[in-house]
Amino acid sequence: MISLEGLTKRYGEKVAVNNLTFEVRPGIVTGFLGPNGAGKSTTMRMILGLDHPTSGDVRIEGRHYAELRDPLKSIGALLDATANHGGRSAYHHLLCLAQSNGLPERRVHEVLDIVGLTAVAKKKAKGFSMGMGQRLGIAAALLGDPRILMFDEPVNGLDPEGIHWIRTLMQRLASEGRTVFVSSHLMSEMALTAEHLIVIGQGRLLSDLSMADFIRQNSRSYVRVRTPERERFLDVLRSAGLTAMETGDVLELDGVAAEQIGELAARHGLVLHELSPQQASLEEAFMRLTAESVEYHAHSGPAADEQAPWGAGWKKG
Amino acid sequence: MTTTQQIPDQAPRTPSYVSPIPIGRTHLGHALASEWTKIRSVRSTLWTLGVFLALVVLIGCMMAGLVGADTYLNTPYTMPAFFGLLLGQMCLVSLGVLVVSSEYGTGMIRTTFTASPQRHRVLAAKILVFFAVAFVTAAVAIAAVGLYAQLTVGARTNVNWVPTVFKGALYVSLLGVLALAVGSMMRHSAGAITTMLGVLLVPAIMPAFLLFNDGLVDIAQFMSDYNAISALSLIFEGDRSTGTGGPQIALLATLTVLACAGAFAVQANRDV
Ligand SMILES: Nc1ncnc2c1ncn2[C@@H]1O[C@H](COP(=O)(O)OP(=O)(O)OP(=O)(O)O)[C@@H](O)[C@H]1O
Ligand SMILES: [Mg+2]
Repeated sequence: MISLEGLTKRYGEKVAVNNLTFEVRPGIVTGFLGPNGAGKSTTMRMILGLDHPTSGDVRIEGRHYAELRDPLKSIGALLDATANHGGRSAYHHLLCLAQSNGLPERRVHEVLDIVGLTAVAKKKAKGFSMGMGQRLGIAAALLGDPRILMFDEPVNGLDPEGIHWIRTLMQRLASEGRTVFVSSHLMSEMALTAEHLIVIGQGRLLSDLSMADFIRQNSRSYVRVRTPERERFLDVLRSAGLTAMETGDVLELDGVAAEQIGELAARHGLVLHELSPQQASLEEAFMRLTAESVEYHAHSGPAADEQAPWGAGWKKG
Repeated sequence: MTTTQQIPDQAPRTPSYVSPIPIGRTHLGHALASEWTKIRSVRSTLWTLGVFLALVVLIGCMMAGLVGADTYLNTPYTMPAFFGLLLGQMCLVSLGVLVVSSEYGTGMIRTTFTASPQRHRVLAAKILVFFAVAFVTAAVAIAAVGLYAQLTVGARTNVNWVPTVFKGALYVSLLGVLALAVGSMMRHSAGAITTMLGVLLVPAIMPAFLLFNDGLVDIAQFMSDYNAISALSLIFEGDRSTGTGGPQIALLATLTVLACAGAFAVQANRDV
């Protein structure tokens, strides 16, 4: 369990993280989503006690990070795959971390095996490919068999097989009752991995919902229609009290079932080339959500700051 | 669109994970073991210490024959080590800086502080491990020169050279620790090494300029008495009239302690 309360970080004028309050619960994968520069990495650094919050508080299982007696057994983190000394072998990198927490040397071999780096254990980290570096970082995170795992964009640089592997790994770790907190700027990736989703933009909390609720609230369903008799079709729609959005030669109709349109067309003897119910992708929903946040900030004067952040209405207690 | 599982938003389905690995409180011993692994598993350690040994021992042995047997009547057999140490001290200074600045430079420091959030413990372990490594290496090199001189020149001396092994090794190791502290505060290898070059050379060079100004004669005298080169030469060649480097070692030790205190203070609340 990770709890943030009013967590804020300023770098000079720049507010990187703005009053974040949320909890990351055990037993599920929680996705942490935001566009570039949203403040994900900064939040994670504060969770780990590396950066100090300007205000607010963050606790790991009720304690501040620096008070953890057995840090690697409490929380394992992958922040940056290059956060190692390139001249040191994978084995020695993991060994020095294990020793610092009194972990047995056999754990080093175990995690090397889990991430598939046993064959290159004695090789220097600077010769590693991006994906191998990522795996080494994941091995370090797993070293203490921790109750909480935190990954900052773990799929970076991984090949499709590697991406599948990390996805399965995260879900397995969560199903064992661990807290898994993983950041990404790819909604599609999160949709496959996370059960709970926290979205931030410009350092602010935009949404804190289960994935299912997020989908329900954010995805727009519509009907897609193509017809050679465009003008007549639009007239028919108008008389039925419906409006269509025209994008190219495609018409999109909101808030109406495909069946209703089909029957309407049949009644008027209209030819349709396409009639398909659609659901906007989560990626679009995410982009809409964060684009609004950017807009909000770009236009906000001093008065606007008093308002509740955009999307505050979706937050669940 | 993807399939998602419907989950209740309240309590987690499973209790928190319990690892089979026993939990124990981490302590300084763990940090020392970790830092020992770090220092011995990178090339830069081998290089700097290798070059140090080569410089001190080779130059020392070369000079041992050149200085003339009579010299040793009043100077310790380890005296030839002085020449190699003049150059060799830079190796220990570089290693001292690298031990910590390389962590900041590579981002390893984040991994280190995540594993050991007690930052003071990490720095203390670094200082202790580095000091031990530097001291032993320097003592071995100086003793090797002393032994070589004694064996090749013949046993005609009134001076016990054993204390010079300890004092010489202590002095250059303290320089290394000072460099480590400076590296920890500055975080950049190049900046810290340059700073240390200044610490070593400026007090040795400045007196030549300051002596032209009457008001600064005292400072000039102090600098020429206490700079690193004078200190080493006193340790290895000094006698009752000039002293044998005690005050110089004390000054360096004081500076080193202050720099370390600064390093502890600076890193405590810094964002890394
Ligand atoms: N040390 C720092 N000094 C100044 N500004 C910083 C610092 N670290 C982060 N920032 C700023 O804070 C903001 C948030 O950065 P952060 O790296 O947390 O974003 P992110 O969500 O991780 O982005 P990405 O998806 O690109 O990794 C950015 O605008 C960044 O420029
Ligand atoms: Mg980031």
